[in-house]
Amino acid sequence: MSDHETGNRPSRRAFLGGAAAAGALTAGGARAQTPDPLITEIQPWAQGFGDGVDAVRYGLPIEYEGDVIRRNVEWLTADTISSINFTPIHALEGTITPQGCAFERHHSGAIDLRKEDYRLMINGLVDRPLVFNYADLERFPRENHVYFCECAANTGMEWAGAQLNGAQFTHGMIHNMEYTGVPLRILLEEAGLDTAGDLADKWVFVEGADASSNGRSIPMEKALDDVLVAFKANGEALRKEHGYPVRLVVPGWEGNMWVKWIRRIEVMDGPVESREETSKYTDTLEDGTSRKWTWAMDAKSVVTSPSPQAPVTHGTGPLVISGLAWSGRGAITRVDVSKDGGMSWETARLARPGERMALSRFYLDTHWDGSEMLLQSRAMDDTGYVQPTKAQLRAVRGLNSIYHNNCIQTWLLRANGEAENVEVS
Amino acid sequence: MSKFPKCAGLLAALAFTAGPVMAETFGLGRPALPEEIAAWDGDIRPDGTGLPKGSGDALIGEEIFAEQCAACHGDFAEGIGNWPKLAGGADTLDHDDPLKTVGSYWPYLTTAYDYIKRSMPYGNAGTLSDDEVYATLAYILYSNDLIPDDFILSDETLLDVEMPNAEGFIIDDRAETEYAQWSDAPCMEKCKSAVNITMRAMVLDVTPQEETSPEAEPEEAPLMVTAAFDPALAAEGEKVFRKCKACHQIGADAKNKSGPILTGVVGSPAGVVEGFSYSKPLIKVAESGLIWSEKELAAFLEKPRAYLKGTKMSFAGLRKEADQRAIIEYLKSYGN
Repeated sequence: MSDHETGNRPSRRAFLGGAAAAGALTAGGARAQTPDPLITEIQPWAQGFGDGVDAVRYGLPIEYEGDVIRRNVEWLTADTISSINFTPIHALEGTITPQGCAFERHHSGAIDLRKEDYRLMINGLVDRPLVFNYADLERFPRENHVYFCECAANTGMEWAGAQLNGAQFTHGMIHNMEYTGVPLRILLEEAGLDTAGDLADKWVFVEGADASSNGRSIPMEKALDDVLVAFKANGEALRKEHGYPVRLVVPGWEGNMWVKWIRRIEVMDGPVESREETSKYTDTLEDGTSRKWTWAMDAKSVVTSPSPQAPVTHGTGPLVISGLAWSGRGAITRVDVSKDGGMSWETARLARPGERMALSRFYLDTHWDGSEMLLQSRAMDDTGYVQPTKAQLRAVRGLNSIYHNNCIQTWLLRANGEAENVEVS
Repeated sequence: MSKFPKCAGLLAALAFTAGPVMAETFGLGRPALPEEIAAWDGDIRPDGTGLPKGSGDALIGEEIFAEQCAACHGDFAEGIGNWPKLAGGADTLDHDDPLKTVGSYWPYLTTAYDYIKRSMPYGNAGTLSDDEVYATLAYILYSNDLIPDDFILSDETLLDVEMPNAEGFIIDDRAETEYAQWSDAPCMEKCKSAVNITMRAMVLDVTPQEETSPEAEPEEAPLMVTAAFDPALAAEGEKVFRKCKACHQIGADAKNKSGPILTGVVGSPAGVVEGFSYSKPLIKVAESGLIWSEKELAAFLEKPRAYLKGTKMSFAGLRKEADQRAIIEYLKSYGN
């Protein structure tokens, strides 16, 4: 345990502890010198009772996994009410993010809003301005889709160079869930769009019920395409921190548009140009001009293990290099992995065929000879886009964009199994 | 709309195939009443649509700003700590670490009105009147040297103010500038002649450290409950304390923010929180032996800047005695 509990940045001391534990672990594969008491002696769990049913009526992770938690980077923001924390992607497997450790981002804190007190208004250029309560929403035809939600600022701290030492911190502003909800198109049709006339130049403005009432403008084409008004994730109610009881899901587009506690949708003939879409979530280029409406998240990937928070503790031999890949413009079709900092590449195995706007898990089952590696991954999506290097991104965008950093990440894996966030030429 | 060349075709197809279906509805929901729409529909557009009637100038705005905004944004909109700066940054957008403020970056002044009206003051959102928003905004513009101090900002003059970076935005051009050059078949072998490490996160050392392990944590300090402690009143005080939360933390894990930790403040000497940089006037009264008795705290909270001229606490004050008593009771529930 000790090596994991050191959490963010395994210290030298912790690593040595881990190496000792690793010795014990690898002994399983080698010939045992002395009988293992865990096998030869009756253990308490094999003798007495465990917990009865109902010991925990809504389950929590077992205490031994207590290090698998969201973490905050204190110096990033002035306080935690308007802040972000990070998904422990280095410690998770598969692609579905458990809600309990999926990153949070609030502008005025996560609010308590009961289903009974929930109202959703649709107004503006509609035939019938309407108010729905929560129960109304559950009576519309609903759909299930797995989508990733990525903050536009994910990896933003790495623009100027390797900064944070852990996949959780460099790439953890992301989660991936199975959402259940009503297509926004159905709700808009319920209110009637004849009044709006030609829909090609129309927009919807969406805002939340919290004190920030975070608002974003979304072009009608997207609103009628795949946007969901969602009330469940991963089979259960949304968590408070993710917008309970109802949030917007805007597949493939930056997380800021996925308005939580959504209370109002207005059909309009132009964008509001709200604070979030002008002063924030606009990307400043080297010449001082800024891109706006950079909604889609480009193809991206990261090796989650080994990584700084997930060092190799088992020594040489079989090694699974694993990671996540995603694209906001389609499905992941291929991920390549480099062990030598991008000199040469091997195509990894996708755990499942890529799904549109959802995380893909990739594996490279390999043999580690104990020498240093510079680990990278490179994603491709079904539009043919290839994830760029840091140098390629910087050549176009400079260093001040803050958002949409989808560069290839490098981990230095040292001979002792520790990993570090580095940049390479 | 030129931004969405594919859009018209897609929508035409939708309209064609879904035409009859769109006429059918589920009959769910109820009509939104005009009063309800008025209560929630407050967004303001770049062309001025939605701007309410009203006006204000920087002189009135300065007072409002000092009371409602300065605790986070500084007396001159210059920002405090990690809280946003609202003034300055002119001509920095093409430099390293550009300073993006209302003056240097925001393209539309309507956005600032919309945002202040809906989201500010932080922790007390939506409480400013329309005139107060105009005045506050006038002060922010004045702090950015964009208007003179006698300029009356109103629904009629707001669009006259020129925003320096109004022309500084382009619509997402990744399709032209990036996608083609990053869509070649990727290199698999001998892609570089050499690889060198050019930067290491360990050198920078800004990654959050591990939290203290549970065993090492000291036992939680027992609450200092005095004989007169009134839990119901303290619960009231917890609600009032929301006004303080933007600047003050309380409890076992509290940290100094733009205001000091308030754990154990009732009955403690003034100016003793470690690591907090107090104002000179506060240091002076602390040296002369001020104790934060309930009486002194109430007097301070009523009107901080009248009680202690030059205090950093730019909070307007708790005028109601009931609020003062409630919050002190709440503070007492976090004894030392």
